[in-house]
Amino acid sequence: MKVSKNIYLDYQATTPLDPRVLEKMIPYFNDRFGNPHSRNHSYGWEAEEATEIAREHVAKIINASPKEVVFTSGATESNNLAIKGIADFYGDKKNHIITCVTEHKCVLESCRFLNENENFEITYLPVRQDGLIDLDVLQKSIKENTLLISIMGVHNEIGVIQPLKEIGELCRKNNIFFHTDCAQAIGKIKIDVDEMNIDAMSISGHKIYGPKGVGALYVRRKPRVRIKAMMSGGGQERGMRSGTLSPALCVGLGEACRICYNEMDEENKRLIYLKNRFYDGITSKCKDVYLNGSSEFRIPGNLNISFAYVEGESLMMGIKDLAVSSGSACTSASLEPSYVLRALGVEEELAHTSLRIGIGRFTTEKEIDKSVNDIVKEVNRLRSLSPLWEMAQEGIDISKIEWAEH
Amino acid sequence: MAYSKELIDHYEKPRNVGSLDKDSEKVGTGLVGAPACGDVMKLQIKVDDKGIIEDAKFKTFGCGSAIASSSLITEWVKGKNINEANQIKNTEIAKHLALPPVKIHCSVLAEDAIKAAVNDYKKKNRINE
Repeated sequence: MKVSKNIYLDYQATTPLDPRVLEKMIPYFNDRFGNPHSRNHSYGWEAEEATEIAREHVAKIINASPKEVVFTSGATESNNLAIKGIADFYGDKKNHIITCVTEHKCVLESCRFLNENENFEITYLPVRQDGLIDLDVLQKSIKENTLLISIMGVHNEIGVIQPLKEIGELCRKNNIFFHTDCAQAIGKIKIDVDEMNIDAMSISGHKIYGPKGVGALYVRRKPRVRIKAMMSGGGQERGMRSGTLSPALCVGLGEACRICYNEMDEENKRLIYLKNRFYDGITSKCKDVYLNGSSEFRIPGNLNISFAYVEGESLMMGIKDLAVSSGSACTSASLEPSYVLRALGVEEELAHTSLRIGIGRFTTEKEIDKSVNDIVKEVNRLRSLSPLWEMAQEGIDISKIEWAEH
Repeated sequence: MAYSKELIDHYEKPRNVGSLDKDSEKVGTGLVGAPACGDVMKLQIKVDDKGIIEDAKFKTFGCGSAIASSSLITEWVKGKNINEANQIKNTEIAKHLALPPVKIHCSVLAEDAIKAAVNDYKKKNRINE
């Protein structure tokens, strides 16, 4: 693809656009510029046909009907629309929502908004040490007025897969709507809205090798789920999301879904191979390395690893040819380590030492090998600088020292 | 975030990494910070009979700015009288490395490390202020 010495290992942040997707999109930026909502001429019909084919591709990957797919600007909008939209429509009947502490900020913030402004009560489920919710705890959290449960499919930081089918069953049994943020799950694990009893699902384009700025919300028709629109306008997308669709972006999302649907099984085999090569490479050469999140219930494209005694940001600075993400939030304005790792019970000092490695469609074996070498070299160098490593080698228990927290 | 050349140089080629004999009378050790906060600095100074710092070593667990700040102060304190070294201000460190605002605490920690090391030396040798 591009000529760069940098190796991209941040596939949970975003993915490159698949060239096959771009190719499908280009005509809709050029001569097929019609407004898909224009009913009176071929420009409109052509654009509409393209968006409807795209809608079919999106529907197919989740085993839904195209009529249940609403195009949005991305997963953040989809999550807002689902949670606030359901809350606003049914809020006078039931006003309790269950979500989880490790959900994406847009889910947590939407819930917080409903709590502060619309008299909703929110239960934030804890997670177990492996990052998964406890179904018993979920069941016990259900109340008579529980309207909605929102739990994500695959986690953006730690890659763990929540038990969607079991959650869906619980929801259906208790007559509760089930929304799931599947931005990171589509194309990675098999999603079936019927089998999993999903009522609403958020999808993102740019996490699946599609374009940024487009996503979708699945909204079940049978039994019908009603959503109050957030924007006033021309009533497009069955009244749930007004505004002229971008055929180019919709086509891009559709094509991205089509490719994922066709290639997921093969791609997963390759990713499992690459992930094992990476993880075994690191752990055979470095000790005191810990995987965060379940090793069993996780997608192969994500590894979240703590390198004890080495601070995450300095590690990232050292592996400058690798584009990875740090769980230590020293990169952002706050100095707090990741709220997700803390929720797993990862000790603060280890949370400061984590890297998120995202492997994807365009990652090569050669890149994996170079990454392993670079990381091992830098971890060893930084450990030779680390007073904590020195103490650990001398047998001093770091947790027993009285540190002056600053 | 773009770091200054100076900072990257200290991060990539840290000066005076290592440890001195912490039990020696001539050595003062400062250990500041906390693992839970994401940075720990250990600074050691070796002081001669006239109160001059003849050697300094550090080890740091922390971000690039923390490593660079501690590397820099080992260079600065060497050859200085312990009381002079105690006067080094975090603002000078931050300015020299062009630390971004969110990294100012690294220079504060470095200043604390010097004070802690000098204190330890003074305590060992029963030197009062």
